[in-house]
Amino acid sequence: MKVGVLLKQVPASDTIIKINPDKTGVLTADVKWEINPYDEFALEAAIQLKDAGKATGVVVITVGGADAEARVRDALARGATEAIRVDDPALAGSDALGKARALAAAAKSAGVELIFAGKQAIDTDSAAVPGMVAELLGWPQVSVVTGFSVDGGKITAERNAGGGFIEVVSTSVPAVITCDKGLNTPRFANLKGIMAAKKIAIAAKSVADLGLSAGQVGAAGALVEESGLELPPPRPSGKIIQGATPEAKVKELVRLLRDEAKVI
Amino acid sequence: MSSGILVFCETDGGKLKKTALELLSKAATLGGEVSAVVIGGSVDGAEAGRHGAATVYTVNGDAFGAYSTDAWVKALAAVIAKVSPAVVLGAASPIGKDLFPRLGARIGAGAVTEVTDLSNVGGQVVARRPVYAGKVIATAKVKSAVGLFTVRPNSFAVNPTGGGAASVVAVDAGVSAADLKTQVVEVRKSAQATVDLTEADRIVSGGRSVKSVEGYDSVIRPLAAALRATPGASRAAVDAGYAPHSHQVGQTGKVVNPTLYIAVGISGAIQHLAGMRTSKVIVSINKDPEAPIFQHSSYGIVDDLFTICPALQREFEAVIG
Ligand SMILES: Cc1cc2nc3c(=O)[nH]c(=O)nc-3n(C[C@@H](O)[C@H](O)[C@H](O)COP(=O)(O)OP(=O)(O)OC[C@H]3O[C@@H](n4cnc5c(N)ncnc54)[C@H](O)[C@@H]3O)c2cc1C
Ligand SMILES: Cc1cc2nc3c(=O)[nH]c(=O)nc-3n(C[C@H](O)[C@H](O)[C@H](O)COP(=O)(O)OP(=O)(O)OC[C@H]3O[C@@H](n4cnc5c(N)ncnc54)[C@H](O)[C@@H]3O)c2cc1C
Repeated sequence: MKVGVLLKQVPASDTIIKINPDKTGVLTADVKWEINPYDEFALEAAIQLKDAGKATGVVVITVGGADAEARVRDALARGATEAIRVDDPALAGSDALGKARALAAAAKSAGVELIFAGKQAIDTDSAAVPGMVAELLGWPQVSVVTGFSVDGGKITAERNAGGGFIEVVSTSVPAVITCDKGLNTPRFANLKGIMAAKKIAIAAKSVADLGLSAGQVGAAGALVEESGLELPPPRPSGKIIQGATPEAKVKELVRLLRDEAKVI
Repeated sequence: MSSGILVFCETDGGKLKKTALELLSKAATLGGEVSAVVIGGSVDGAEAGRHGAATVYTVNGDAFGAYSTDAWVKALAAVIAKVSPAVVLGAASPIGKDLFPRLGARIGAGAVTEVTDLSNVGGQVVARRPVYAGKVIATAKVKSAVGLFTVRPNSFAVNPTGGGAASVVAVDAGVSAADLKTQVVEVRKSAQATVDLTEADRIVSGGRSVKSVEGYDSVIRPLAAALRATPGASRAAVDAGYAPHSHQVGQTGKVVNPTLYIAVGISGAIQHLAGMRTSKVIVSINKDPEAPIFQHSSYGIVDDLFTICPALQREFEAVIG
């Protein structure tokens, strides 16, 4: 069984984000890119299956420009065995569904039977792509997973169901699993891995290579229209509470929460 | 022709959850007829009507025990086909997050997720959502006949419209156990949290400075309990093992949106702010007057958390009782 990993590059979490002058996107010239943190859990889960002899290969799949190659290389160096980068001018302006179409088609072309994805991308935070990929492939999905086992095609996964409940879900391959923090501890690449990764070609695919038409992706196929970015309104400046003793400060805080902010 | 707003309502023991009331209240201000849908649960038509719904559609049956993606997607798609709404709203809750994207792909509808504001601009619903860790607000519209939106809990106030009881209409979505490709084999209550952080109205979070599990359990949890709040934590506190990672607030933890957020001994790193900056009122307690968290706080106390928290706990107990 080959396993796929959906991997997106995102700006490092401490990046200072600047909006471009026409307010349609962010300036990326100074951005340091990283693998989306949740995708690192997905990648690690897939590599562990390979190490355990339960997966024959790990295919990293990304929709992204040439600048995403370095992140894909990093994934190969950690232990992935193949990579597909879908890149096409027709993809510009894709919504989540457009990206999902490209990723689902790439996964199909690679012949993977189990897909790991992050539970969300930390830049645009949609938490949407993996469920769409699962639907397009007609596979079950198990989202926000913190533990799992695969045995002869049968999957048992633990997921955070909210409200303090952990659900244990069973399903079978083929399936899509989205990964949460706590699933595992991602490894770093070592020198041997970095050298080995250099020999692996990253397959660049166009939309047509995947059997999709330009109208199914990009701005042409998008059902969601982004209409601009702005900075959040500044918070009114806060008050530092003065008081001679801790008790006096606390009393004043509670008074303000009750009478001024009216939240208790 | 699609028209009106359908609100996917989650229930708890036959009562609409607060998130459902928030969405119904907002829907009533957007124009058009408001209807509600409850899947795998019972509903009180009077309560739904009071919050603006004219009709509540319910879908039930053997396949609707524990939440499953397959049953819920099929059921909601069936109700949408019957009602033809222009807009479908749901909470960005664990269920809403799992359900809506797949539903969008099933019925060919655009989905805007994690929304914090909705408005009617010239007859079209426009959504606003924080992106890039809340450093930027994006605006989005949907071009398909039906638009799907998931909204973060606590984004809207609950405002009863005072409408009469909604009529309750049972819909047979033709879902059977054979549709389910996943089975929930066990549900465990995790040790602590009672209210999900993402839905909590009040949160008290502790940072690295609580120093130990005992520190977290003896300072943060009782303070949260006194305020009827849900306990949260910074990643530093979680990584050090003081709190479980289900408690982590931030870019790689939960994104929360409470009315009141109290940050105890948390410095205010950008990744922590990413998870809580939309809170209505932020209070921080930190002994360092230069801590960045103060720049994002409505109220701050510069002092030692180990003296402030017990005093604050007593004060909350006295006032909230
Ligand atoms: C500011 C802004 C807001 C947007 N809002 C919306 C919106 O509301 N609705 C909408 O449909 N589109 C939206 N888009 C368009 C689209 O560009 C988003 O990237 C898309 O919604 C996917 O969401 P996400 O990147 O947040 O990924 P998520 O759905 O959060 O990603 C979850 C997982 O899917 C996988 N994945 C996601 N993207 C890729 C990729 N490129 N390559 C490989 N794996 C990937 C990863 O495993 C990732 O962890 C927005 C774009 C911008 C710039
Ligand atoms: C990719 C990535 C993702 C991340 N995701 C998250 C995330 O989701 N959530 C998150 O929280 N962090 C996240 N971080 C980590 C983040 O950068 C910070 O390291 C973390 O938030 C710091 O936690 P802290 O405020 O508890 O600790 P510190 O930064 O060490 O701050 C401790 C604070 O406590 C104060 N203090 C100490 N003793 C006392 C006392 N006795 N009384 C009062 N105040 C006291 C100090 O003045 C200081 O301000 C992420 C980092 C990266 C790189």
